Amino acid sequence: MTSIGTGYDLSVSTYSPDGRVFQVEYAQKAVDNSGTAIGLRVKGGVVLAVEKIKHSRLLVPHSNRRIMTAGKYIGVASAGWMSDTRHLVKRVRDEARSYNDVYKTKIPASIIAERLGMYVQAYTLYSSVRPFGVSTLLACMDRNGPQLYMVEPSGQYVGYRGCAVGKGKQVAKTEIEKLNFDNMSVREAVKEAARIIYTAHDDTKDKLFELELSWVCEESNGLHEHVPQDLYDEAVQYAERSLDEDEDEDNEMEDDEDL
Amino acid sequence: MAPLKPGEVSMGTTIMAVQFDGGVVVGADSRTTTGTYIANRVTDKLTKVHDRIYCCRSGSAADTQAVADIVKYHLALYAAQHGEEPTVKVAASLFQEICYQNKSTLMAGIIIGGWDKVDGPSVYDIPLGGSLHKQPFALGGSGSTFIYGYCDKVYHTDMTREECIEFVKNSVSLAMTRDGSSGGVIRLAVITEDSVERMFVPGNELPSQYLG
Repeated sequence: MTSIGTGYDLSVSTYSPDGRVFQVEYAQKAVDNSGTAIGLRVKGGVVLAVEKIKHSRLLVPHSNRRIMTAGKYIGVASAGWMSDTRHLVKRVRDEARSYNDVYKTKIPASIIAERLGMYVQAYTLYSSVRPFGVSTLLACMDRNGPQLYMVEPSGQYVGYRGCAVGKGKQVAKTEIEKLNFDNMSVREAVKEAARIIYTAHDDTKDKLFELELSWVCEESNGLHEHVPQDLYDEAVQYAERSLDEDEDEDNEMEDDEDL
Repeated sequence: MAPLKPGEVSMGTTIMAVQFDGGVVVGADSRTTTGTYIANRVTDKLTKVHDRIYCCRSGSAADTQAVADIVKYHLALYAAQHGEEPTVKVAASLFQEICYQNKSTLMAGIIIGGWDKVDGPSVYDIPLGGSLHKQPFALGGSGSTFIYGYCDKVYHTDMTREECIEFVKNSVSLAMTRDGSSGGVIRLAVITEDSVERMFVPGNELPSQYLG
């Protein structure tokens, strides 16, 4: 960013000479510093997974959840500032309720994404506010089946088969691209999601983390909920085993070099 | 409920809608009155609010026209935003929202009938207080009180399209003869997935019945 320090990064209501709004890009940086969050959309449902980095051993397990439910069948996972996330989740809840009041029908994922996108975008227009420092993953089952959207700090929203945000997004994306979405059950997707979060986790930078897993699928009756404990344990086991195998492979390769 | 203002145009009406396997038949008389004066004897009380959704209006002509216009606008907006046709349920919900929120000022009894790809054919009734009722068939307007017994006796589930048309013609015709505020001609619409067919029974060709 060549124009840093020239004053064009002080307000969202000023463009830089090369047509950028730096405050929005900085908000994106806040997202990039966060623990990884991914979403996978397979045939039977959507899975959300989050690497919740813990800053203290004293934290109560499962506290400060980064995956939240915004209306029975809508899941929200986020990367970025948790306080901003809670504000946006409230907004999604309000939108879902007001849609239901007017139309007596469940709000479709595309409309939630559009409305949340509009809301987030409004905060990139005025000098009196700052853009949201969160990217939001929306998981939802609606009339057209499972849906996954991501809303970014700029207000841009896109539908995905699979997506990743946060620190480990590069690693996670590479792993997600290898998946065979067409022949994957939701349970398999949960395990893969766990594996990808474990793979994307950087042990040298952040030691402590907690994996969060949630789904919206037929097995959960179309509702969004954190996955059952047995499946969670199974997924963690699978993830740890895959990591060990990778390490073994690396060691073997090193051995080969010795020969 | 607000009584009619002096000189306000009212549709002391007979309206109804009946569901059959592939669609809905909606029907109405055609009389609009200001007191004892017939302001219009060939009124069309069946109003299109979307491609396959119609409403039957009773009560104040001005109020129901205004409400139908608002709902029509919202349904067009819904179709544009969602990229798909609104369901009859959505239309009924919009009508209810307006009728309930403004119940102290409106005089509007509305029946909504139509076809959509989610629920197929459906009929909803919104009487004076603004409640919403999903029913296989619905009656409304001042004339309806005279034919509830007849309709309950004659109606049966799995009626064919033709049976429904006859049912509506006979029922509305009976109401028109006993209710002073209903009369004129019978207007009908048959709403199915493929088409909306408008029909018309002139006042001198009403089904035969005892005329006292």
